[in-house]
Formats: sequence, structure tokens, C-alpha cells
Amino acid sequence: MANENFPLIFERSKEGRNGYNLPALDVPEVNLEEEVGESYVRKVQPNLPEVDELELMRHYTGLSNRNFGILSGFYPLGSCTMKYNPVINEDVVRLPGFSHIHPYQDTSTIQGALEMMYDLQVHLEEITGMDEITLQPAAGSQGEWTALMIFKAFHEANGESHRNEVIVPDSAHGTNPSSAAVAGFKVVEVKSNNKGLVDVEDLKKVVNENTAALMLTNPNTLGLFETQIAEMSEIVHEAGGKMYYDGANLNAIMGYTRPGDMGFDAVHLNLHKTFTGPHGGGGPGSGPIGVTEELKPFLPKPVVTEKDGVYDFDYDLPQSIGMVKTYYGNFGINVRAYTYIRTLGAEGLKKVSESAVLNANYIMRGVEDRYELPFTQHCKHEFVISGNKQKKQGVTTLDIAKRLMDFDIHPPTVYFPLIVDEALMIEPTETESKETLDHFIDTMNQIADETENNQDIIHSAPHKTSVKRLDETRASRKPVLRWNAEA
Amino acid sequence: MDFRYLPVTETDKAEMLEKIGAKSTDELFSDIPEKVRLGRELQLKKPTSEYELKQELTKMAAKNANLTEYTSFLGAGVYDHFIPSVVDHVISRQEFYTSYTPYQPEMTQGELQAMFEFQTMISEITAMPIVNSSLYDGGTAVVEAVNLSAGQTKKKKILISSAVHPEHRQLVKTAAKGKDLEVVELDLKDGRTDLDHLEKEHDEDTAAVIVQYPNFLGQIEPLEKINEIVEKQPKSMFVVSSNPLALGYLTPPGEFGADIVVGDTQVFGIPAQFGGPHCGYFATTKKLMRKVPGRFVGETVDEDGQRGFVLVLQTREQHIRREKATSNITSNQALNAVASSAAMSALGKNGVKEMSELNMQKARYTKNQLAEANLSAAFSGAYFNEIVVKLSKPVSEVNKKLFEKGFVGGFDLGRVYPEFENHMLIATTEIRSKEEIDAFVKEMGDINNG
Repeated sequence: MANENFPLIFERSKEGRNGYNLPALDVPEVNLEEEVGESYVRKVQPNLPEVDELELMRHYTGLSNRNFGILSGFYPLGSCTMKYNPVINEDVVRLPGFSHIHPYQDTSTIQGALEMMYDLQVHLEEITGMDEITLQPAAGSQGEWTALMIFKAFHEANGESHRNEVIVPDSAHGTNPSSAAVAGFKVVEVKSNNKGLVDVEDLKKVVNENTAALMLTNPNTLGLFETQIAEMSEIVHEAGGKMYYDGANLNAIMGYTRPGDMGFDAVHLNLHKTFTGPHGGGGPGSGPIGVTEELKPFLPKPVVTEKDGVYDFDYDLPQSIGMVKTYYGNFGINVRAYTYIRTLGAEGLKKVSESAVLNANYIMRGVEDRYELPFTQHCKHEFVISGNKQKKQGVTTLDIAKRLMDFDIHPPTVYFPLIVDEALMIEPTETESKETLDHFIDTMNQIADETENNQDIIHSAPHKTSVKRLDETRASRKPVLRWNAEA
Repeated sequence: MDFRYLPVTETDKAEMLEKIGAKSTDELFSDIPEKVRLGRELQLKKPTSEYELKQELTKMAAKNANLTEYTSFLGAGVYDHFIPSVVDHVISRQEFYTSYTPYQPEMTQGELQAMFEFQTMISEITAMPIVNSSLYDGGTAVVEAVNLSAGQTKKKKILISSAVHPEHRQLVKTAAKGKDLEVVELDLKDGRTDLDHLEKEHDEDTAAVIVQYPNFLGQIEPLEKINEIVEKQPKSMFVVSSNPLALGYLTPPGEFGADIVVGDTQVFGIPAQFGGPHCGYFATTKKLMRKVPGRFVGETVDEDGQRGFVLVLQTREQHIRREKATSNITSNQALNAVASSAAMSALGKNGVKEMSELNMQKARYTKNQLAEANLSAAFSGAYFNEIVVKLSKPVSEVNKKLFEKGFVGGFDLGRVYPEFENHMLIATTEIRSKEEIDAFVKEMGDINNG
């Protein structure tokens, strides 16, 4: 029997109830309509809910109970780095001196905020091996786009505005080609070889005088380190192109190598991944970028400066690509990342990468007997298996994902990267214990068993969630995107 | 140093390495070629204990003059409003703040439903039928409106009013370089968009006309008249950037023929936090639904016929469409959309209107009192909660003196409008008491006349 629908907040509404008290009107009242004009006075009020405070809190508590966070259980979502989000971050960001400051206050009154930004930049410069960081981009994809716009400006300044091609591997995150297109570039794909790495011979073929940049994540989306990265940088640089580092997978290499050491010219970081943002159910994130010396003049403005312990903004950057995000980026996320970096220091961050890689390899070796492992070398912080064996027996990767929910495990990323059939992309992160990893390995192997002898339980999964499998086709064919009173 | 986020013990490590078949963790990194290795330790500040770090960062935060200690009349796109206590309690639930984008809907119904409710609330407020589940902020939402308009109309000319937030205009100009668009800024006339200039520039090459309502100078743009002009070119898009709180009192842009309405919900439950993260919204017509950037949540049913919610129309998105996607946007501002939804739910149907009116009443009191102190408003038109006054000396000088008296003064318009040197943009919200306004006006008068 179906459960009752969990009510929408609108369905909890009752005329005459309210959940607010506003300050009283303590100034003489004037006639607003007279001034604004009748046609500019709203006639029909927005149909917002009318609920008391308890009802409101029960509603959102109920919603949260129908959601799954990192404190609910294991969340090995590949490429997303779902590590523990330290609670101290949440305390620090709520200090009134960080949360209740206005972006247009005089800089002399917000020295603490500027100091934090500046010092975070210094730390990120060292972690990435870049010469300067801007904290302005709101998310990784905006960082990608910002860096590409910087490349564009750089090439133009050098009289090479014909460089209109951006090379992207077939294993790349979907954002890479998409950001390149939005920045006005033509996307050229470079193939992966049978080891899951960029085919360097193919790269040589696609590089030419129109190459603006190569976009790469290293380790790549298969969790494999591009061992020929130095050669790749050389090929691209020799052709006059720039190297772009997609920092989504930085969690694998901190303290071991840096994008700057590998020859990259620009880097974005996902502070909500590697540096415990948190993810917020889809955002806000923060996607700072770092660049080498020669690209500094093109950074978005303003940049934070320091002189004799006094911090300020510099807007006087004639070659800047302009502003890419209002104010100074997602400051609140940056405060959290700064708190995290200061907690761990160099020693801790290196251990983060060490453990992240150890955990991923441990799971990989624990499931490889039962699942197809397309690339068998040691992985970095994540790895990709294929559900091909199970699919042949009638269980798809989607089925496996849904069955994992019965064990309070959030499914891995599925059907990505595109170059592996029935892909499951698994990233445990360093904050998970061996016991949790063992539970996951046992569960995956149990599902492999069930594929052979008890498929019904997989096909009918999930069993414990608030709803069963949802009809996504119907939802997209005739989209219902809002509640309607009469429905 | 002990690291409280790292649970792997030495014993665990030994057992795990054995299972992996590696002698050491270094072996797991042996694929990194020697020549690209760092070869030294990172040079960062030392790891810091929880207690010491909290002390240090508390001191750092205290170096900032915050709006709970100072009485602020600063707005210019970011406002100091009442935030109901429920908001922070809702978004502090880990199921909301630590979760990822709800790609596995059975496990994330709470987030999906909250987004569906957000879409409904913004749809109600703007009077537009289609709303996405949020964008980075109001400024990037304007950029996305420009991109959509250019893509849809296949035209290159963007007319943007000079009374649109200066930073939003800058973002549009930056993005226009990627798309090879021509951006024309429309002149001002008495603090509003110069309609003659609009008529002159608006032609068959125009992709979009963008105005802000209320505009950056606080003035209420005549959307009815602007729409009449926009409609003369049937293809060009009418884009309105709108403070959603103002729409508690003002007729919503959806009723004036807007094609796209964007803005920021910071006014509902989101602290200023130095300018971000805030929360952009994007609302449009049914016709443009499939071109909208970002994510949508839609209603559906599960196998038992029970109502449920899923991400819909994902075929527009970059993880499927790659270079052919409508936009490269991945994340939204889900957590802040939940914060704004909680605030809008607390305020409800009556509260949004009441709060909107309170802002208007208090702003008028500020205006009238300032006028009595010989500081008359620069513009005569209807406005929401911000006014412009001309001072006898530089705004920065006045603000410095105000700060000494415990006030954060208004925005220095001369920073971005050369013609408004010594003009201050003053915001009065519902939380400013008569007493605070009186004290502010007195100081303003003394400083200006002194």
C-alpha cells in the first residue's frame, strides 16, 4: 500500500496562521499608492503558505528526514569528493564578523575579511604551485570559463586571436567542453588509449596553430594519473597553447605533486570538494582559479592586495578580463575552506591525499573479483568499475545503485565517464574508516551474489526509501515544475 | 599532530596495503613521474588545534565592523534584513547542507521537494510560470538571461539600462566577449532608464532589453511603458532584474509582459556575508522552458503511484550535452534556496507584503527627515527602499565620520557614476527603527553642513 504523500508546505497552509513577527511601524504612515501609482500596486498577493512556526519546523525537519547527507552514511560519489564537512567550519562562518559584513563597506572596516582572503590565496598558491589565485568564481565550471576567458585575452594580447580551439579528452567532465563553448571556443576531442590515459599520439595530431588550450584533470575521471603529463604539457606549449587543470580531483595529489609542477598554466579548485565547502544539496560552491605569472594581468578584478599589513582591493587592472561574479566570490564557502586548510596544514593535507588513495585502492581490490575492472593499475582517489558482467545477467548499473540504498549507502556516480559501459565511479574519500569500506565491499559483493541467485530483491530496490523508483520519463515529458492550488 | 578527520590507523593501513598488494602508500603514488613531483613539503601555516584556531579566527572576524554592531544604511544590491531564527535551524540540518545534488531521487526527496517549493514560491512572487531551482546570484542570473536571449533570437545586440546594478553590467560585458555580443548601456533620465534612448537603440538586431525593478538607484522603472517599446520588435526579449521583496508591494514583472525575470533572494533569509554566497533566481515563460540554464525539479510518481520529485529536462545540461549544452552551469545555490524558502514560508502571504511596505514606509521617513536637514532626494520619481542624496563633500569623507558614530553609511555613487560625484545611495530596511533613523539623519545633517 502506498504511503500518504508527504505534504507540500502549501498543503499545510491555513488562512490566518503566520510564522513571523516584524518590527512595528514606528514612523508616521504615508500613502504609498498615491506615490507609486495604482497600476504599480500589486493586486493579487503571491500565494505563499500561511504556517505557524512549529508547522514550518516540522515541515523542514520532515523534508530533511527524507534526505541523505554525509552524516547519514557512506557517500562514495565519484568525482564529488563527499568527505566529512567539519562542524567547526559552520561555527566560524557564522561569526558575525564574517556573516554580517557588507561587500561595500570601507576596506578599513573589513581588514579581517581581506586578511582571510589574502591568506587563503597564499595557501592555495602554494598547494597548486600557481603564482596568483583569484577567489571570485562561484563554482568549478565558472572557474573553467574564467580561465578560458583569460587564455583568450592572453592570446589576443599576443596577436594570436585566431587560436579558437580547446582540446578536451573524451573522458573529461562534461563541464569542460561546455565551458569552452560558452567562452566561444571550438571543442576538439582527444582520445584515451587502452590504459585509460590520454593518447599522446592522438594529442600530437589534434594540436595545431589554432590550439588555445588543453583542458585536463589529473588524475583523470577514471582515477588514473596521466603519467605522460610532462610530455603533454610540452606538446601543447610548443604549439603555443595553454594547459588548463580541472581541479575536481586535487584530493588525490596534495603534497605529492602540483598542477604547477606538471606544467599547467591555470587551475581551478572546487573548494566545496577538496576543501570541505560543503555541497549544500547542489551548492553554493566556490571555484577559485590560479594562474602563472604571465597570465596575472588578465585576472578578473578586483584583486586583494597587501602592503605593510594593510589589505585593500585593486581595481586598476587595464588588461583584466573584467568581473566574473558579483562582489568577491562566495566568501562564506571560502571561510570554511580556510578553516579546513588551517586545521590540517601541509602535513594533514598530504595525509588526506595518502588516505584518500589508500581507501580507493582498498575498495578496488575488494570488489575486482566480482565486477569488471577495465583498468587494473593502482588508482588514485577514485576508480571506475563496469557493471557489464551483471548486465549480462539482467542487473543494470542503475539496479545496483538502487540496491545500495537498502544498506544506507549513497550510490556511486553512475554511467560516467562515458568511455566505460555501465560505469560505477567510486570515490570513498579519506574521512571514511576501514570498517565503513569493509561494509561497502561486503555489500557490493552481496549484490553480485544476488545478481546470480536473488535478482528480485535488486529489481524491487530500493525498499527503505521514502518513495520507490520514480518515473523520470513522465516527469520530463510533461514537466510539472510548480504546485498549483487547483490541481 | 593528530588529525581528527582521518580515521585510518597504522594497523588499518598495514592490513589495507596487504590486501592491495603494495608495500607502502608511496607505491600507490609511484605512477607520478619524478620530474613532476613536488620533492619537498608544502610550505603552509602549521596545523592548528581546534581551540587555537577558533580563537584566532574569532579575533580575525572581530577585526571586521559587522552589521549587528553598526547601524547600516548601506544597500546597493545587498541588504540588511530581518532573518527569522527558523532559517538557520533549517539549513543547519546536515541532510541539507552536506548532501550532493539530488541525482538519486529516491534518497533525496527532501531536497527535491524543497526545490520544487522554492520554484513555486518564486513563480508566485514574480508571476512567471517557469522558475529554475536557483543560480549563483542575481548578477550571473542577468548574464544567463543575456545568453538565453542571444541564443534564442540569434541576435547580438544587448540593451542594458545604466540603472541596472553596475556589477551586473560588468558581468554582462565580460561574458559578452565570449559570445561576441554588443552591449549598449542606456542613458539615465531623472534616475530611471531614458526611454527615448531605448526607443532609438531598440531595433531588429536587438536580442534583449534589460532593466532593473526597482533599479539600482532605488527608482521604480515604468515597466508598462518599457514593455510597449520592447514589443515593437517582436523577437527581442524583455528581461527584468527584480528584488523579490519589492514584489510584495509592487506589481510583478510577469504582469507587465516580461519574458525573463531574474534577481537575488538574498533579501529572504540570507546574510550579507561579504557578498556571497547569495542566491540567484531565474523565471521565464513556458515557451522558453527548455532553454533555461541550471536545474529544474519536477513532480512525478513512483511505482506505487505515490507523488515524488526528480530533476527534469536534464537533456539540456552539460553532463549530457557537453559542448552543445545551453549553459556550463553545474552547481546551483540549493542550500541558500532552502534558506530563502524557509524565510518566505515564515513570512507567508501576508508577511512578504507587510515587510515590503515597512521598507517603503521607513525609507520615506528617512527621505522626509533628510529633506528637513537640507539633504533633498536627487530624484522625484517613485522608489522602493533606497534614495539618493547629494552631499556637500565626498561620500567617503562623510562615511568615515558616520562610522565614528556607529553607522555604516550609504553607497558612494561616484565610484561608478561619474555624474553622481558626492551622491550617496541610502537604503532603509524594516529593521531600522525611528530612533536609529533620527540619529542617522542628525549626524548626516551635522556632517554635511559642518
